[in-house]
Order: sequence, then C-alpha cells, then structure tokens
Amino acid sequence: MAGTRPMNSPIRSSPDSSPTIKFESVRLGFDEGDVLRGVSFQVQERETLVLLGETGTGKTLSLKLAAGLLKPSEGNIQVLGRDVSSMAEGDLLAFRRQIGFVFQEGALFDSMTVGDNVAYRLLEDKVKDEEIEPRVLEVLRFVELEHTVDQFPSELSGGMRRRVSIARALINQPPIVLYDSPTAGLDPVTSQTIITLILRLRDVFGVTALLATQRLQDGFALANFRFDPATKRVVHSSSNGSARTRMAATRFLVLREGGVYFEGGQEELADTKDDYLKRFLV
Amino acid sequence: MADTPLQIAGREDKTEPRVTVAGVLVNAAKGAVADVQDYAKLCGRTLVTLVTPPFYLQDVLQQMDSIGAGSLPIILLSGFFIGAVMVLQTGSQFTRFGQSSLTGDVVAIALVRELGPSLTGLLVTGRCATGIASELGSMLVTEQVDAMRAMGTDPVRKLVAPRVIATLLTLPLLTAMTDFMGLLGGCVASVFSLRLSAIEFWRRAIDALDFADLMQGFTKPFFFAFILATIGCYKGLTVRGGTQGVGRATTQAAVLSSVLIIVADAFLTKVALFLADKLF
Repeated sequence: MAGTRPMNSPIRSSPDSSPTIKFESVRLGFDEGDVLRGVSFQVQERETLVLLGETGTGKTLSLKLAAGLLKPSEGNIQVLGRDVSSMAEGDLLAFRRQIGFVFQEGALFDSMTVGDNVAYRLLEDKVKDEEIEPRVLEVLRFVELEHTVDQFPSELSGGMRRRVSIARALINQPPIVLYDSPTAGLDPVTSQTIITLILRLRDVFGVTALLATQRLQDGFALANFRFDPATKRVVHSSSNGSARTRMAATRFLVLREGGVYFEGGQEELADTKDDYLKRFLV
Repeated sequence: MADTPLQIAGREDKTEPRVTVAGVLVNAAKGAVADVQDYAKLCGRTLVTLVTPPFYLQDVLQQMDSIGAGSLPIILLSGFFIGAVMVLQTGSQFTRFGQSSLTGDVVAIALVRELGPSLTGLLVTGRCATGIASELGSMLVTEQVDAMRAMGTDPVRKLVAPRVIATLLTLPLLTAMTDFMGLLGGCVASVFSLRLSAIEFWRRAIDALDFADLMQGFTKPFFFAFILATIGCYKGLTVRGGTQGVGRATTQAAVLSSVLIIVADAFLTKVALFLADKLF
C-alpha cells in the first residue's frame, strides 16, 4: 500500500528518465468551443511546472486532465508511464491515489471534521484506527494546523482551508501533486505560507508538481527559493544546499487561446521582449 | 480621435448564427435525449454498485436516518388527516344511501392500493429528492465530488448508492405507516362524524383488503423510491451554473420526480390489476 512511508523520507524515484507527466497534442472541447487546442508539454520527475495564463485559458482543465478527471477530445496524456487519457474510470480511481490534488477553494468535505477530511483516503483504504491518528496529526503538524483536527472546514479561514487541502493531498505521500491556484484570493502573508509549504513538499519530499496560477510571483518564488531541511528555513536558491534540493527545477508554461504560448525557464520569461508576456511581469 | 472599445466593438463584423424555431426544437430534443441517456447510464451504474463491493454501510444507515426517520413526522401527520378527509368526503355520500358502514372498505382499499404509496412517494419526494439534489449539487459546485474522484472514490458508489438503498428500504416502511395512520384518521373521523363504531370500521377495513391489494400497495413504493432517489442524485450531479444552478436542479428534481411517480403509478396500477386477475 502506498502511504506507509514516514514523512521525512524522500519519495521513490523511477528507474528511467521518462517524463512523469506528458501531454501530447491534447485537445479539449465543450459545446462552447475548444479550450485546449493541441497542447503538448512534459514534466520531469521532481520538476515543478508553473502553468500561467489568464482566466479561461485551460489551466485548471489541464490539471484535471492530468488527474484523469476529464478526458481529452484528442491527444494523449501519460502520467507515471500510464496513459490516463484511455484508462477506464475504475482503473483511474485506483491510479489517482498516486496523485495529490489541491483544489482552488480547498474542496474540503464540509460535513466532516478537518481530521476526517485528512484521513479520508486512509479510511477508504480501511487502514487501522491506531495507524490513522498519528499519520493525520503528522501531516497536520506539517501544515502547522494540528490544533484544528476536530474543527469543521466552515470554522477555518480560506488560507487554513488550503493548508488542510494540502495536508489531505499529502496523507499518502503521492509522488505527484497538482495545485490549482493555491494562493488565489489570499493575502500576501498567507500566500507566502502556502508557497513555503509547496517548497517544503518539493525540497523535502521531492514531489513532482504542476501548479496552475495567475500570479507570476508564486512561480518566481518557487524558482528563486528552496527549503533547506537542515535549517528548516526558506533560503535563496543560490545559497549552498544539498545536491537533491539544488536539482529541483522550476519551469514556466504560459497558455493562451488554447495553446502553449511560452515554455521555458525563469530567466527567459523575465528577459522576454514579448508584449503579452510582459503583462504577467508587471 | 482614438477609438473607444465600444466603437471598435461596433465596427466588428458580428455574424451571429441565425436562431430558428426548428433549430431550437432540434436542440431541445437533442438535450432531452442526452438527459435520458445520462440518466439511464447513472441508473445502470447505480444498479451495479448495489450488488458489488465495496458497500458504504455507515452512509446507508445515515441516509436511512435522514430519509426514513426524518420523514416520519410529515408522513404520520399527513397520513392521519388524509384518512380523516377521505372518510368525511366518502361518508357523506354513503350516508345518502344508508351505507355509511362501507366507508371503512373504501378508505382501506383506496389507501392501501393507491393513496398510501403515491402520497408517501410524493411527500418524500418533496422532502428528500430536493434535499438530495441540493446536497449533491452543492458538493459538485464546490468541487467536493471532483475531490472525491481525485482521491480514488467512485461518487456513484459513495453518494448515489447509499441514498438509493436507504430510500428503497425506508419508503415501503413509510408507506405502511401512512396506511396505518390513514386508517386511524379515518376511524377517528368515522366515529365522531358518522357515529360508526371503531370496531366495525376496523373489521370492515381489514376484511376489504386481500393479498393482491397488499402486493400492489407495497410493490409500488420500491419503484417510487428508485425514481425519487435516482432523479434527485442525477439532478444534483449534473448541476450547471453555480449556486443558481443548484436551486434550479432542486426544483427540477421535485417536479420531475413527482411527475414520473404519477406516470409510473398509472402503469404500475394497470400491471398490478392485470397480475391480480391472473395470479390471485
């Protein structure tokens, strides 16, 4: 069973160098028209790909496609070497346990306590009660919300709900985490807390991440900073760090009018002369 | 002078597709067929989950408490007064012919065969199909259903099946309670209004019923339960348009379930009468 690994051990690495997530000419259309028109990109293991774009450009849909929650009209999507675009829903349900999904508004089950929300996957897997409680408290401690275990989501602030959502996605330590606008609508301080959590997940556990956002500063924070497990602090990427934390890469992908408008690193994006991309830099 | 956005928009070549009556009708028909297809798929998947593990027993018990025990007060109260009204309406006619003692027969047959199942179905629809639609609809628009799928849980198995099982188990019991309370209300009304003896009323009511009546009266609730639970779930899980859509889905669930229950009742009655002739 996935999820018995202690939280301070790194996530397993795949034996080959094939991309963890791969979109090939993915098209997705609705009655109103196509939202994605032949989108292709790859995310390597332990890499973070920041999906940027205006509202309605298909960022959230790309995440849902990666998780198999939606089927593409055309194209192919490979996740952890499996073709999620052609998998049956029954197979996908089991496969999705290897993917953590942090929804924009948290999507916590409002009739359950924070503890039950976080424990949901373990309860579904019929894990023993005596094993569930310490694991729930461990992940809640990771997001610094141990004291909320008996509270209901409606009693929490927006930022706290996002952190609980991250804890819920973490409970069985998935190798991939998909973040849907994790800082949208939050104040700068709370946003920073969320970004720090994402950095910790990336640099301590080595998760591969796809992060959809409208805020370029979130992406730049992921590219410029890292979490140092030794000092347990966020430091600038240029400072000394272990080999594992230094290799964590952050790339950017800008979606526009259903296609990939830009794909590259932070320097390329920051130095761009393109008028459209400059609008994100302002 | 610089162009304003409005001026530019006004100069754009707007060739909107022509809206024709035939086009609207064709689209509506296509939508209706797609709805029926999706509903049939949901029913099919639900039936599969009813007989294949894993089962969510705790959720079934919770729903039985909500749908069954929660509906009991309105069922008891409504049943009592429906029986009383029937006696008052029919009793006055029977009294004209000096046959007021037949009131018990009429109330028993009408309640057990027809009014008990259909009124219980409609009352539970008003309370529960709408509740199911709004609850699942709210879960859908707040992405809780997607979160469930993302965590490897089948929403049909977790959300739909327990509600359908709970309704299937509780509606026949609620119907029995409606029948009993209706007869009790009829008895009270006949004693105080028609001056019949309670023993005479109950004796005639029980004698009037045979096995075919009970079969008819307790088969219908299973069909009504399936209709109201699956329509509530279907409308909830196909909400579009945010919170406004949830309100719309709730209304549609109540209306559609009620209409389908009444339509199904007509066909079930015909089939039940046919079978009663052949078998009993």
